[in-house]
Amino acid sequence: MLEALPRLIITGIMDGSIYGLLAMGLTLQYGVCQVLNISHGEFLMLAAMLTWTLTDALGISPLLAVAIVGPLLFAIGFLLQTTLFRTLKKRTPSPPVFEGSALLIAFGLFYIISFAARRNWGARDYVNTILVDRVSFLGTSVALNQIIAFVIAVAVGVAVYLFLSRTRPGRAIRATAEDPATAGLMGVNTNMILAFSFGLGALMAGIGGVMTSWRNPISTYIGFNNTVIALVVVTLGGLGSVPGSFIAGIMIGIVSRLVSGLWNPLLIVPVYYAILMILLLVKPAGLLGKR
Amino acid sequence: MDITRLLTRYRKLLVAGFIILVLIFLTTFPLYGNDYYVKLLTFILMMTVLAVSWAMFSGTTGYMSLATAAFFGVGIMATAFLEGTLPFPLIIVIGGLLASALAFLIGLVTLRLKGIYFAIFTFGFVMFIGQVAYYIDVHILNNAWGHDLPLANPGTLLYWMLGLTVVTLLIIHFIRRSRYGLALLSIGGNEEAAEHMGINTTMAKVMLFTISAVFMGAAGAIYAPALIHVEARIAFNVFNSFTPILMAIFGGMGQFHGPIIGAVVYGYLDRTLRSELQEYFMVIFGVILVVVILFLPNGITGLIATLRDKLGGVIAKWRKGGQAEEHANT
Repeated sequence: MLEALPRLIITGIMDGSIYGLLAMGLTLQYGVCQVLNISHGEFLMLAAMLTWTLTDALGISPLLAVAIVGPLLFAIGFLLQTTLFRTLKKRTPSPPVFEGSALLIAFGLFYIISFAARRNWGARDYVNTILVDRVSFLGTSVALNQIIAFVIAVAVGVAVYLFLSRTRPGRAIRATAEDPATAGLMGVNTNMILAFSFGLGALMAGIGGVMTSWRNPISTYIGFNNTVIALVVVTLGGLGSVPGSFIAGIMIGIVSRLVSGLWNPLLIVPVYYAILMILLLVKPAGLLGKR
Repeated sequence: MDITRLLTRYRKLLVAGFIILVLIFLTTFPLYGNDYYVKLLTFILMMTVLAVSWAMFSGTTGYMSLATAAFFGVGIMATAFLEGTLPFPLIIVIGGLLASALAFLIGLVTLRLKGIYFAIFTFGFVMFIGQVAYYIDVHILNNAWGHDLPLANPGTLLYWMLGLTVVTLLIIHFIRRSRYGLALLSIGGNEEAAEHMGINTTMAKVMLFTISAVFMGAAGAIYAPALIHVEARIAFNVFNSFTPILMAIFGGMGQFHGPIIGAVVYGYLDRTLRSELQEYFMVIFGVILVVVILFLPNGITGLIATLRDKLGGVIAKWRKGGQAEEHANT
């Protein structure tokens, strides 16, 4: 039992890096655009399925598929913000009303994406894994694809964090999140910033999706589960906090590996909920949240 | 006399007459109608209960509940487990009470938080309770096959559902008209101000959430025999959390009859088109949800009200214009 512990923790950290990436995208979309994107996991699913199609139809390596799927997802996110959510913002009287309506629009997207995908790809499992050779790593053996995915996830996470905290566009994004009206008066093109942030969120889900397809069998059903994970992670890390959600993602990754390895995979979601319930009672703003 | 004036004067009488006609139709229908339509009507009534009780909580307080499927599923599972051991009316009551107990607990944990946390929590809660129920059912109670329920007479189910619908609508109607209803509306308007007026907002929200779950649980308990085969994964289908929202918004939440209209339209379309269109039905469902929220935030009833206002204005102007012309001629 105990000798499995290091392996479970290491694979947990590696799983968790993808959850963290996914959650960073979600928290960015909520923090900047005030859209709680319930269809976030569906973007991950879409990216994973597109990767399979690219490999299957064009013979493109799943590794290189990131370069095609990533920008595509960014474009989808960008367009969604400029069309749907900008229109909605104009039509709603107050921010709380916008938040509620945006949530419902995201549900609509959830149905559109997941069932259009099911129409196209069906319900079966697709296997598109690569680099499955196991290498020894810190005393345990880990699949090569997990290590590469971990490195990419951390690199992207750190890059986005540095981009937000150190660069001028990053500062504009944070200013828009804080107070869009004032940011607009200071010369920030807020519409552009909102669209860019939403696109960036979708891009991060997309990268997560491509990397998921390297490691696990994929199907059109994986979206919903990932949405729930991302929601638990962002709440844990503090809604709107980018570094918080990455750290919380790694924690949830470890917890889910420990629960499924030492107990029963069926109990993962109940354990998430136990954590979420305790957290909401003790510190509703999350680990690194403000307020 | 003017038709519109007649309509406004005898409005109450007309509404009462309409309700009586609908009730007579529904109670006599199983005597001559065929089973397909009896089942369709039962489904529509169930959707009405779900939509109205969802709108009763989320429409008035502004907190978006996504836990409808959880309460509905608790009702279904109550029937699945208790069928045959207890009389059906008692099972319905137990299903409703279990669901409301659950709602009370969720409400205590989450309703003092910001609305967005409530939405997140209830969204995942359906998945949580579904997995827990599945785990208990399959691994602890060894019901790997699920539960087969005996065939029920469709007419009887229709009567039960009709009874529940009438009770639900009456209770919600009276809550809306009470002081308590006014307090709840003020929470939806401005929660902070409501609190300063001396309303215990958290308790009011928790109570309303608890009451709304009773109806959802009871609806599940009555509908369970129509499913014939019940499993935890079927009972806690997340889809059931979204349909009430679509129905309520599509019908319009500003008025009492909005969600009812939404439920009748949706319930009919669901039963007739879903099996035929399969995945496309769900895609269309999503598109309609997006379009309704973007362009019809007040639903059909809201649209009718605005149209009537605009048309009324046009007609009045046209009349005035006509009168002015008459004056000019004389």
